[in-house]
Amino acid sequence: MATTITMPQLGETVTEGTVAQWLKAIGDTVDKYEDFVEVSTDKVNAGVPSPVTGKIRELLVKEGETVATGTPIAIIEEAGAEASAPTQAQSPAAVESPAAVESPAVEKPAPTARAEAPAAAPSSNGPTAAGAQNGAPESALRGASPAVRRLAREHHIDIRAVKGSGSNGRVTADDVLAAARNVIGARPAAAPPSREAIPATGKTSTYARPIPGTLIPLTQARRIIAERMVESRHTAPHAWSMVEIDVTDVWSWRQREKSRFERETGLKLTLLPFFIRAVVESLAAFPLMNAKFVAATETQHAGIYVNDAINVGIAIGLPDNLVVPVIKRADQLSIKGLAIAAGEMIDKARKGKLGVDDLSGGTFTVNNNGANGSWASAPIINGGQAGIVTMETVVKKLVVRDDDTLAIRQMMNACLSLDHRVVDGYVASGFLADLKRRLQTMGPQGEL
Amino acid sequence: MAVVSTQSSVMNNVEAVRATLYEAMKNDDRTLILGEDVGARGNVFLITKDFINEFGPQRVIDTPIAEASIVGIAVGMAMEGLRPIAEIQFADFIYPSYNQIVGEAAKIRYRSNGEYTCPLVIRTPYGGGVRGALSHSVSVEALFYHVPGLKIVAPAFPADVKGLLNASIDDPDPVLFLEHKKTYRLIKGEVPNGHYTIPLGKANLLKEGSQLTVVSYGLYVHWALEAAISLEQEGLSVEVIDLRSIRPMDKAAILESVRKTRKLLIVHEDNKFGGIGAEISAMVAEEALFDLDAPIRRLAAPDVPAMGYAMPLEEEYMSSPGEMADAMREMVKF
Repeated sequence: MATTITMPQLGETVTEGTVAQWLKAIGDTVDKYEDFVEVSTDKVNAGVPSPVTGKIRELLVKEGETVATGTPIAIIEEAGAEASAPTQAQSPAAVESPAAVESPAVEKPAPTARAEAPAAAPSSNGPTAAGAQNGAPESALRGASPAVRRLAREHHIDIRAVKGSGSNGRVTADDVLAAARNVIGARPAAAPPSREAIPATGKTSTYARPIPGTLIPLTQARRIIAERMVESRHTAPHAWSMVEIDVTDVWSWRQREKSRFERETGLKLTLLPFFIRAVVESLAAFPLMNAKFVAATETQHAGIYVNDAINVGIAIGLPDNLVVPVIKRADQLSIKGLAIAAGEMIDKARKGKLGVDDLSGGTFTVNNNGANGSWASAPIINGGQAGIVTMETVVKKLVVRDDDTLAIRQMMNACLSLDHRVVDGYVASGFLADLKRRLQTMGPQGEL
Repeated sequence: MAVVSTQSSVMNNVEAVRATLYEAMKNDDRTLILGEDVGARGNVFLITKDFINEFGPQRVIDTPIAEASIVGIAVGMAMEGLRPIAEIQFADFIYPSYNQIVGEAAKIRYRSNGEYTCPLVIRTPYGGGVRGALSHSVSVEALFYHVPGLKIVAPAFPADVKGLLNASIDDPDPVLFLEHKKTYRLIKGEVPNGHYTIPLGKANLLKEGSQLTVVSYGLYVHWALEAAISLEQEGLSVEVIDLRSIRPMDKAAILESVRKTRKLLIVHEDNKFGGIGAEISAMVAEEALFDLDAPIRRLAAPDVPAMGYAMPLEEEYMSSPGEMADAMREMVKF
């Protein structure tokens, strides 16, 4: 029996997808759940697993071609069934064009790299690879308690790959935490981005290697960025404000905790998680800043939707792209938890491993913009949010304190762009003042 | 009653009840005690022995065998400014007064829009393990647990008996005060001298542990504690919480502990179906599901109409410290 595979809908607002790369050729066998095609939508490359075990009979869409969701893209002959039609003839046509125009080679993680990442977690947990092959994995998933599922999700651990210490080999919450510690500890510090890619074939001008006097074709990602920026800037009336914040105490707190944190987690401790923590606390105090403007439709009046979850997007600039992965329910994480979550997002972003889930659902954005010395910036709001805040460079300044003494302090500007349809200056300045107060009273001691 | 001028005295639970009632009668003329055999007989456990001689028959009132009247009269007294402490001789006989407790006392404040309150304490011995058979062994807490407006207290230790009984007497609303009769003379402990209260609705963390939370009240607190301590020799770390107040329930204490240990065992002497454990279990499932690393478990009596008189039947009905230890061990190792 033949199964027709259609372009999946990767994300609720997504209407089309591009076949970035066929991972299987016609005639190849494919296992159930095995990725057989890589589809790119918005900014994401996602592998699509096969729903059946069988042999690829037809590939209906060329690499680089964009089709609407629901469009048939391949036909798989299920295992055990006879191939009913001669399909060889179509093979050349389907796999012919590796260098299709829209196909953004830069974005395509090599298939081998894809396979590596998930495997990294299990292997550090010792003799689990064996367990993963003998049928244990599925039952491990079935018997996973709510705590195990939550912890595995939070720490990005594959439960099936963890060796269980509970009764009948059940994976316990402690097992997941132990695995998480191993993964974090074993991870090499920020592996260099593996984007060797792009054999500069002929005269192709790319974003990474622009050739003067040429037109760079837009990758999917660049096209989306362009559309989103224009849309946000044109629909949301931007207003802007800035406060100067004394971050001396936060700075010294981080200095104090830095080496211990790196020893415990293998991750670098930047100021970002401290900033995010302060931002989520301020968002909780000013729910209107964690909202979005909802335009009128035929069935519904316009309004301001106040989000119930605080999901903070963190802007990460890459050489050819900008991604904003989202830390979900950031208000429920400690500074340490935020540091780990942000570290994982940054790592994934650099490796091109961010999935649709990682990139969706943001309610507010934080951009740690100061690394290269920027002192003030006017960011564009991430569409569908009320605001975006940038944390600028931290500089030592001579300041006059309340008691008229002079002091050398670490000062930083925080800039806020806000959607004026959602909030006015009254709320926005209250939010900024609150953020300032929180950052100035944070540390220099206490638990991360 | 000799007043001893040390910091505390060693008492059993029955002495703690007696001492607290005595002080309450001494300190506040509005306090009075009514019930079957509380006067001339001095209560079947001698809790109010000689009270009638000191405080007179107007404040220590022997009533007919008519529980509905005992509570009904006490409700009227409480509404009009007295501080009645009504006694139901055994919890097994509380049923005739159910309407007065549930239909009247618990609703007075609400029904009168706050104009009246009902500062009434209903004390009653309950529980088994004393070969009391059908009519001297029951646990009645679940029958009243469902009722808003009613507080239910079930202390396990003499010091808690005193602090909670004082708080119950002070409380402006009706409190059902459950005294486990097997603990009456079995459990002894230091009781601080002088007047003090323990807030209603506050649990007590008796023993810290990291691998399992055990919640109980009454007699079983002692057995659960014994089991948890015995498991330390096996390297198992079990936390034990004494609820003390059944309603209001100390949600925060239970949740804090469960979030730490990720496992919850509830042990109670009352039968399982629709018991206190059901409510605790539901609350934890609602509030802390994603912290749970094992199914919640309840160790409780079987659903049979009553505790049998024959020793094997009573033992079968009740959970022993050994059975509690077995359940704890299984859960820790789950």
